[in-house]
Amino acid sequence: MASVSVTVDGVRYDDDVEARTLLVHYLRENLGKVGTVVGCDTSNCGACTVLLNGRSVKSCSVLAVQADGQEVTTVEGLARDGVLHPVQQAFHDRHALQCGFCTPGMIMAAVSFLSDEPNPTGEQIREGIEGNLCRCTGYQNIVRAISDAAAAMRSGDTAQPAATEVAV
Amino acid sequence: MIPSKFDYAKATSVDDAVRLLAQGGEDAKVLAGGQSLLPLLRLRLAAPTLLVDVGSVPEMTGIRYDGDAIVIGASTTHSDVLNNALVKQYAALVAKATATVADRQVRHRGTFGGSLAHADPAGDLPAVATASDAVFTIAGPNGRRQVPASQFFVDYLTTALGPDEVLVSVRLPKRAGWGAHYEKFNRTAQAWAMVGVAAAVRRENGHIAEAAVGLTNMGSVPIRARGVESALVGGAASAEAIGAAAAHASEGTNPTSDVSASAEYRAHMAGVLTRRALVAAAGLG
Amino acid sequence: MTVTDERPAEVGAPRRRKEDARLITGRTNWTDNIVLPGMHYMAVLRSPVAHARISHIDVSAARSRSGVVDAFTGADIADFQGSLPCAWPVTPDMVHPNRPPLAVDEVRHVGEPVAVVIARSRNAAVDALEAIDVDYEDLPVVLDMEAALAEGADLVHSDKGTNKSYTWIFESGAAGTGGSTDEAFAQAEVVVKRRYKQQRLIPSFMEPRSVVVDPTGDVITVWSSTQIPHITRFLMSLLTGTPEHKVRIIAPDVGGGFGGKIGVTAEEMLSFFAARRLGKPVKYTETRSDSLVSAHHGRDQIQDIEIAAKRDGTVLGLRVNLLANMGAYLGLVAPGVPLLGAFMYNAIYKFPAYRFECSGVFTNTTITDAYRGAGRPEATYAIERLMDELAVELGLDPMEVRRRNWIRHEEFPFTTVAGLTYDSGNYEAATDKAMALFGYDALRAEQASRRASGDQVQLGLGISTYTEMCGLAPSRILGALSYGAGGWEHAAVRMLPTGKVEVVTGSSAHGQGHETAWSQIVADQLGVAFEDIEVLHGDTRTSVKGLDTYGSRSLAVGGIALYQACQKVIENAKPVAAHMLECDVNDVEFSNGSFRVRGTPGEGKTLGDCALAVFAAHNLPDGIEPNLDAEAVYDPTNFSFPHGTHLCAVEIDTETGVTKIRKYVAVDDVGRVVNPLIVEGQIHGGVVQGIAQALFEEAVYDGSGNLLTGSFVDYTLPSAADLVELVTDRTESPAPGHPLGVKGVGEAGAIASTPAVVNAIVDALRPRGVNDVEMPCTPERVWRAANLSGGAQ
Repeated sequence: MASVSVTVDGVRYDDDVEARTLLVHYLRENLGKVGTVVGCDTSNCGACTVLLNGRSVKSCSVLAVQADGQEVTTVEGLARDGVLHPVQQAFHDRHALQCGFCTPGMIMAAVSFLSDEPNPTGEQIREGIEGNLCRCTGYQNIVRAISDAAAAMRSGDTAQPAATEVAV
Repeated sequence: MIPSKFDYAKATSVDDAVRLLAQGGEDAKVLAGGQSLLPLLRLRLAAPTLLVDVGSVPEMTGIRYDGDAIVIGASTTHSDVLNNALVKQYAALVAKATATVADRQVRHRGTFGGSLAHADPAGDLPAVATASDAVFTIAGPNGRRQVPASQFFVDYLTTALGPDEVLVSVRLPKRAGWGAHYEKFNRTAQAWAMVGVAAAVRRENGHIAEAAVGLTNMGSVPIRARGVESALVGGAASAEAIGAAAAHASEGTNPTSDVSASAEYRAHMAGVLTRRALVAAAGLG
Repeated sequence: MTVTDERPAEVGAPRRRKEDARLITGRTNWTDNIVLPGMHYMAVLRSPVAHARISHIDVSAARSRSGVVDAFTGADIADFQGSLPCAWPVTPDMVHPNRPPLAVDEVRHVGEPVAVVIARSRNAAVDALEAIDVDYEDLPVVLDMEAALAEGADLVHSDKGTNKSYTWIFESGAAGTGGSTDEAFAQAEVVVKRRYKQQRLIPSFMEPRSVVVDPTGDVITVWSSTQIPHITRFLMSLLTGTPEHKVRIIAPDVGGGFGGKIGVTAEEMLSFFAARRLGKPVKYTETRSDSLVSAHHGRDQIQDIEIAAKRDGTVLGLRVNLLANMGAYLGLVAPGVPLLGAFMYNAIYKFPAYRFECSGVFTNTTITDAYRGAGRPEATYAIERLMDELAVELGLDPMEVRRRNWIRHEEFPFTTVAGLTYDSGNYEAATDKAMALFGYDALRAEQASRRASGDQVQLGLGISTYTEMCGLAPSRILGALSYGAGGWEHAAVRMLPTGKVEVVTGSSAHGQGHETAWSQIVADQLGVAFEDIEVLHGDTRTSVKGLDTYGSRSLAVGGIALYQACQKVIENAKPVAAHMLECDVNDVEFSNGSFRVRGTPGEGKTLGDCALAVFAAHNLPDGIEPNLDAEAVYDPTNFSFPHGTHLCAVEIDTETGVTKIRKYVAVDDVGRVVNPLIVEGQIHGGVVQGIAQALFEEAVYDGSGNLLTGSFVDYTLPSAADLVELVTDRTESPAPGHPLGVKGVGEAGAIASTPAVVNAIVDALRPRGVNDVEMPCTPERVWRAANLSGGAQ
């Protein structure tokens, strides 16, 4: 067993885990953070994307022990005080999800991408999420949503408090 | 799936890593970003008993000047490499090729040294290192040694690194004033390169003064396209001259036929992509 | 309660989805999230070889591993494991081999389960697989369909004496739905014949399948990532001998299906057996590698298609001869998949004669079954490709050939040569709109100039004018086709005393947005607020009856059931309202959520008022049941027939063979639209799956039957960076047979887009003597077609 201390969505956790425990399994099975999901075993689909110290990573390809001493943000930690993150809000507004399985990873990839590219073109957005597969949407509304979110974040809008139809 | 059981040790220095590897014996493996290794472990295509994590060894992280070269620590992540001002200025080929490696998430974790040590013939960076005349600094129980790129890549997934050795850093001769381009060809954005061409040229008075061309996935190891280079050097920096030189691209290569392309098509594409890479590197396209 | 102001119609509004709240915040309920007290984990050992006799298998070492509580083989459960079901015996003499959940003495494809381990942790279960000892004695591997049918071929099932499962034939002259096909061909001035290959695809839903079986309660509860909870309950009960009322199936949040989650799977059955043996909950979640090799594949057909026409472009007849790869066994509806296509080869055209013959063939590969469109994409591809070839043969514009043969809008309803009655449509309107959005003439002019200048980048234009049959299905037709179930759907509406509404539906969404669309329908019918409606689905305890979600049926069948249930609620409430309004029931009218005395404006009584009144039941007229709730079952009398025109322009770099989509226009007519946001999303996703078939995806086996594309590294799903923005629009020809006018949209995009893309590629290369490029049109294939030979490679 190896010890790991990690802050996830603002809460510090100290655990002993098998060294082979993947970060995504630690999140899901040890911490109950089941919002982050596993879609493949070759690091292609990106469904498991979280932020590690603010940068997107595929949590199926990081050992929990490699995250020791670091900060993880999952899709469950994005909304603040009942207010959706602009990317979450835009995904809802633009119908950028259908089954929703890729969505946590897609949103986290977009959040990280927009922190590097606050004013992206459509083509840059498409490249920016090339590490995330979606089988439902054909990506079109995802690209629109990320573009909308970028605009909202540039204009400094915080998202409107969650409407009744999207309670956080 | 989850990997087989292994022990994990976090190295604090290069010496520490070497010591841990020696203790672990044959079945110990170096872990840096883990972006190549962890998928292999998950599929249980490899089952080491000890992983020595060199991801935060200070000497192995970061990029610095060293006289006429820049030195990239083996554990420096791809995203740190491609955004680094020194790399952009003196090793533009590395910066451009690194931007095409996998995807953003993988570039946030994956490391420069890890990609090279993994030595996948479809990986982008081995051909870049080859074309960049990179020199690899390797540490082992008997101290350190320097290995040029031409001798580092031995075979498919095999390098000059011994099982008890660690790749510490990679030294890249400064190429100020060179133009560079990496032309990657893959079936989908996520796919590994079917063929890739790393090209760097220095122009002087309308001529090509120096040229370096490396080929990705045209054999079990990255290939330096010497025939192309010698055809270029001294010739005009023109699309025509480059086109003629690029026709030599597939000489001496031994591409594979697999599910994504035949050897014949790869050979054809090597020529096309070499021309395109050189045209871009020479600032003609 | 007071009467509210007139509210705008919900149906037709681009409502943002109710489902999103949990999905964008990670508060989801995927099957793999479920953890139960005392839960154990199952791991499955799969065959690494395509065809072999199991000469020895021993799980004792695995059983003794730490953390392991049980391990068993097919032989251990042979007495009761039965056979995984196939519900579509398309012919009386169909060869239907047993498909045991665990192979007993022979494996017939790579990935077939041979043993399982149950342990207290997932890691222990997976680790113990390595301790299972199996010896395989290789048997000859059958992969090629034509070779499989040849005299003396090696056999997938040696006891069956043949690799052919069935042959199914339709002939319009014999069926009385059209003329004799042979006579039609005898009169032909032109005959064009082609062979097309529908490559094998993998549905690739993003959520790997997962199942949890809990045997500890009074009933056995099964959570499963499935499209078909109701069908699974029925079949699991039969297969396990458990009384149906003692089996509860829950499909919680399900991450996509595309047909791939239609089926009662080996893993569901094995989890059930394991949980029953152990008396503890058991979970199994597949990895992607497991999924790609064991979840059913789709397509994989060889199509020989032949068209007879006059020189003026009038088509006289069509012949289709199909080989359909079943894989090693028969999937739940697999034999019927080509039949769903059989009725669609004549497409939107008035062909007078038609013959279709199909044989299902066994090979040592993963089974195939329904994948988005199921038979109809294959049919649409072949006919739309062939109409282009006919146009070339006749020297006509490809759209002109279509126009000369398609059903004109004033001819609906139209009974086709395949015997279906197309309900409504307007091919002219959809085509005109698409052509205008596309800029067809300008693109043709650009194509001509690129051809003239010998440009390295050539332009090609591709057309697909498609229809499909949605709304599966009228039960009587399914019966006539020997399908094992009906095609109706169920809905129930429950009025709560506070005026809120619970809606129960028998369809089981996995991304389609039923919670939102169903709320819109009910809001309009009952005059209650969208937010005040809760849609319940996917649990056989709350949604007792249903036939689930596939075949673009949920709205076109389940939506009508819901509409009917709403009408019954209103009828139930009428006497209650009349009583409160102190008028005769015949004088009560209902509109916009309120009952009023006919001709009297002002205050009325809402449905909520009536719900509260029956809740108290203090003051109801004699003989009035204190209940507003109602349920309805709708069995359609016909399919619905969406249609549309898709146009694709591609740029081909002839030096590399790379195909780039320059412009893609989709104008679809899916009948009346409940939620345009959701409909557009379905079109986007469908079109992209069809583009992926044209350009990117193929499941490839090597000569030994190993799946070479067994991970997402090699099975290349496109990412956003591989695709372009689509232009979508629609026309609306309401379905005439029922009050909502809806038709269904789930499969349309995937049916339409593949031939549009490939027609464009072939069009670009036509001057180089090319008349086909095999799918997927990889850069290498396109390059070879463009440079190395005249025609197909």
